[in-house]
Amino acid sequence: MGRYKPIIGLEIHVQLSTKTKAFCNCTADVFELEPNTAICPVCTGQPGALPVPSVEMFELGVKLATALNCKINEYSRFDRKNYFYPDLPKGYQITQFFYPLAENGWLLVNGKRIRIRRIHLEEDAGKLLHAGDSITEAEYSLVDMNRCGIPLAEIVTEPDIESPEEARIFMEKLRTILRYLGVSTGDMEKGALRCDANISVLDTQTGKQSNKVEVKNMNSFKFVEKALEYEFDRIVGLMEKGEHVERETRGWNLSTKTTVSMRSKEEAHDYRYFPEPDIPPVILTREFIENVKKTIGELPDARIERFVREYGLNEKEASILVEEKAVADFYEEVVKKTNAPRETANWFLTEYFRLMGEHGTSELKVTAETFAELFELLKQGTISRNIAKEVFQESVLSGKSPRVIVEEKGLRQIDDAKELEKIVQQVLEANPQQVEAFKKGKEGLFSFFVGQVMKETKGKANPKTVNEILNKYLRGS
Amino acid sequence: MILTKEGFRKMTLKEALEYPSKEELVSLSLSVIEEQDTKLNAFIYVNKEAGTGIPIGIKDNINIHGLPTTCASRILKNYVATFDATVIKKLRKAGFAFVGKTNLDEFAMGASTEYSAFGPTRNPHDLERVAGGSSGGSAAAVASGEVIISLGSDTGGSIRQPAAFCGVVGFKPTYGLVSRYGLVAFASSLDQIGPIAKTVEDAALLMNIIAGRDEHDATTVNREIDFTKFIGRKINGLKIAVAKQSFSEGVEDGIKEKTEEFVRFIEQEGNEVDVVDIPELKYVVATYYIIAPAEVSSNLARFDGVKYGLRLSGKSLQDLYKNTRGSGFGEEVRRRILIGTFTLSAAYYDAYFEKAQKVRRLIANKLNELFETYDFIVTPTSPVTAFKVGSVSDPMVYYLMDIFTIPANLAGLPAISIPFGKVGHLPIGIQLMGPRFSDAKLLGFADCLFRTTHSQEVR
Ligand SMILES: [Zn+2]
Repeated sequence: MGRYKPIIGLEIHVQLSTKTKAFCNCTADVFELEPNTAICPVCTGQPGALPVPSVEMFELGVKLATALNCKINEYSRFDRKNYFYPDLPKGYQITQFFYPLAENGWLLVNGKRIRIRRIHLEEDAGKLLHAGDSITEAEYSLVDMNRCGIPLAEIVTEPDIESPEEARIFMEKLRTILRYLGVSTGDMEKGALRCDANISVLDTQTGKQSNKVEVKNMNSFKFVEKALEYEFDRIVGLMEKGEHVERETRGWNLSTKTTVSMRSKEEAHDYRYFPEPDIPPVILTREFIENVKKTIGELPDARIERFVREYGLNEKEASILVEEKAVADFYEEVVKKTNAPRETANWFLTEYFRLMGEHGTSELKVTAETFAELFELLKQGTISRNIAKEVFQESVLSGKSPRVIVEEKGLRQIDDAKELEKIVQQVLEANPQQVEAFKKGKEGLFSFFVGQVMKETKGKANPKTVNEILNKYLRGS
Repeated sequence: MILTKEGFRKMTLKEALEYPSKEELVSLSLSVIEEQDTKLNAFIYVNKEAGTGIPIGIKDNINIHGLPTTCASRILKNYVATFDATVIKKLRKAGFAFVGKTNLDEFAMGASTEYSAFGPTRNPHDLERVAGGSSGGSAAAVASGEVIISLGSDTGGSIRQPAAFCGVVGFKPTYGLVSRYGLVAFASSLDQIGPIAKTVEDAALLMNIIAGRDEHDATTVNREIDFTKFIGRKINGLKIAVAKQSFSEGVEDGIKEKTEEFVRFIEQEGNEVDVVDIPELKYVVATYYIIAPAEVSSNLARFDGVKYGLRLSGKSLQDLYKNTRGSGFGEEVRRRILIGTFTLSAAYYDAYFEKAQKVRRLIANKLNELFETYDFIVTPTSPVTAFKVGSVSDPMVYYLMDIFTIPANLAGLPAISIPFGKVGHLPIGIQLMGPRFSDAKLLGFADCLFRTTHSQEVR
């Protein structure tokens, strides 16, 4: 730890995967839809339209708050945040300012609690498309209101994060939780998960702390870390020169890999928050909260622990398997069929992950049956381990069953002692010098003969049988 | 044609419901409008294709799909509604014909219908005078017999005061009984749609049609109420409070006298009356003129020139907003937006908005307390009779006229204005206010008094 220490807090927006928007019946699944096709009088702010809060938004919010160990407030209320912008059709955003959904939670990151200050529900704004670089320079701008009214959960952490890396890990861990809960796709690139950060720097020698800088536009996990690293260095640079660190909002610029000033805090808006009169306070009954909690499945940390306990994996292996819920679910599905958790984990962590990385999950035609068959073929000695890798790859890419591949390609292991003896004899005859050398004590040549037999059989020979025959011929035992 | 124009003009909803030829009613309504409305200006838009049904006037801040909703504002001059308000859906189903959109103060902010971008509505009893407001068009249309009945909206008295000025019945229901979906919001926590009618019974009949929980309005409540339950019955033996402030300074002498006469009348009818001091009335106008403008400043933010309505472009986005809103809104609306923007700003929120919310609760508590002892509270509807067009220019004088009507909105209570004779040639209204959800009983009591004074039959 150097002299300067970053102090980081995050403000995270999570798009909730509800069926409908927060306050109307429009679909909330608007990704890739034609602009302005998922809209209605309510979410476009027509005169006379009124918002009615969706119950599902509260269900997902309660799930998220529970997973983040928050205290859920039974009295929850909406407020209006007033400001003018063309992507905000009503001229205000419905949010929860005075009475958030939940408070005082935490998330464990590398064994350390990062405290969650609050989680509140609000609605998303629309999207602007500028005919030019920005709204001030564009000749005109187009408004797409599909995104208007999609429910968001805003998560605000305490400034407990001590490094840009920790911020990234927090976000990655959060995404895993979101996917486990099924409350959001957690896709940062598509804007379903957005992160703003507040960073200030403490000089541990003087005890002086810099002003807070807000960093925005970090739309990937990598950029969260990169932008905060850049910003930390920038602030430290200023502090070292004894210069003033301005309280401001800066945006991560992808092309220059720097942060750029967006506006200073002094010109911050007065949002004129006040209680939303169109929506009565929402009372979440204990019963409602308990019922929602019951629907929460096993969370990642608990699953890792169980994988270690039940399947005899180490924590690292378990973490990797658990990170993507779909992968972990599939792993368990396979284990049910193979009854070989250790072996299955090995195949997952090597061959299966390699193929996922090379081809993408959607390209893989793999089922639990693929593994079960493959393991059976191995167990019966029908194929060797090396051949099994080949068969697995082909099966996963083509969708053909391992057994069919083995038959079609004649990959069946040669286990017939007579047949192998013939091949061994051929190999020994073809390499008289090496036989001589072996008999004079060059024991290391044993593997050379094994290799030659394998080469002759295109890897199909059962190594155990080959060993036995070679021993008989070379050592007379 | 069996029915004459004169007959039509006097026709009640009860009679219209039973009248066999609804087509005839619409054409009579349209011809009365044509004859009367050049001088009254009760309508902003007359719907010549109203079809068949019971002719009703709809305040032009309530959406009828495919017809203009202007809110009497320049900013919505060309706006055509994209959906039916819930009340409109219900009325359609019940066989009503929407013969026109009635005039109002711009966005329902005002008490005279003078703040309309389409000119003031005149009082049928004296064309020199205002019809009241903000539902002045709806009140004048009913009073002049242009329509059988009409819908208004009431945020601080906007149904009851014009009803009083025009000598008809105006009813503001308990907050939450009638859906606001499709009513262009003025102050959401105070707004309520209600009928303006020729008789109390008509108001009750219409309430049975338009009330009910609505899945599109989260502030509506689930209450099964038969609003006509006590109609036509003799109701007495009640305990009535008359606000002492009904006789205070600022109330016209003629109205004080009429209110005294009303008190004697209800006593004669067999009710017990106490004069009760309600000191909280001192604060209602101030409270209202903080809360309502605050909501206005937010509710009217959507009129920004981006999506619909007037758009006056400029060099920048800021210019677009400034030009559109600066020129699209009238002076009174801009005044209230500015007041609301100020009272909600972070530096003044506690001193104004938050405090006003507290006072609002105090006023509501005080009224609820009174209702533990009294069935209803009586006041004049307005401290003044209809004034001359253009005669009131000081907004403070204007705002103070709402003193008796505002409490019902602040506390979400039902209140009705019934005509009780005239001062000179101008009608006056008496207001009866009841506890929350006492609507049916309030209508019943008002109906009983109305029948007695209008020599209608009581069973
Ligand atoms: Zn919608």
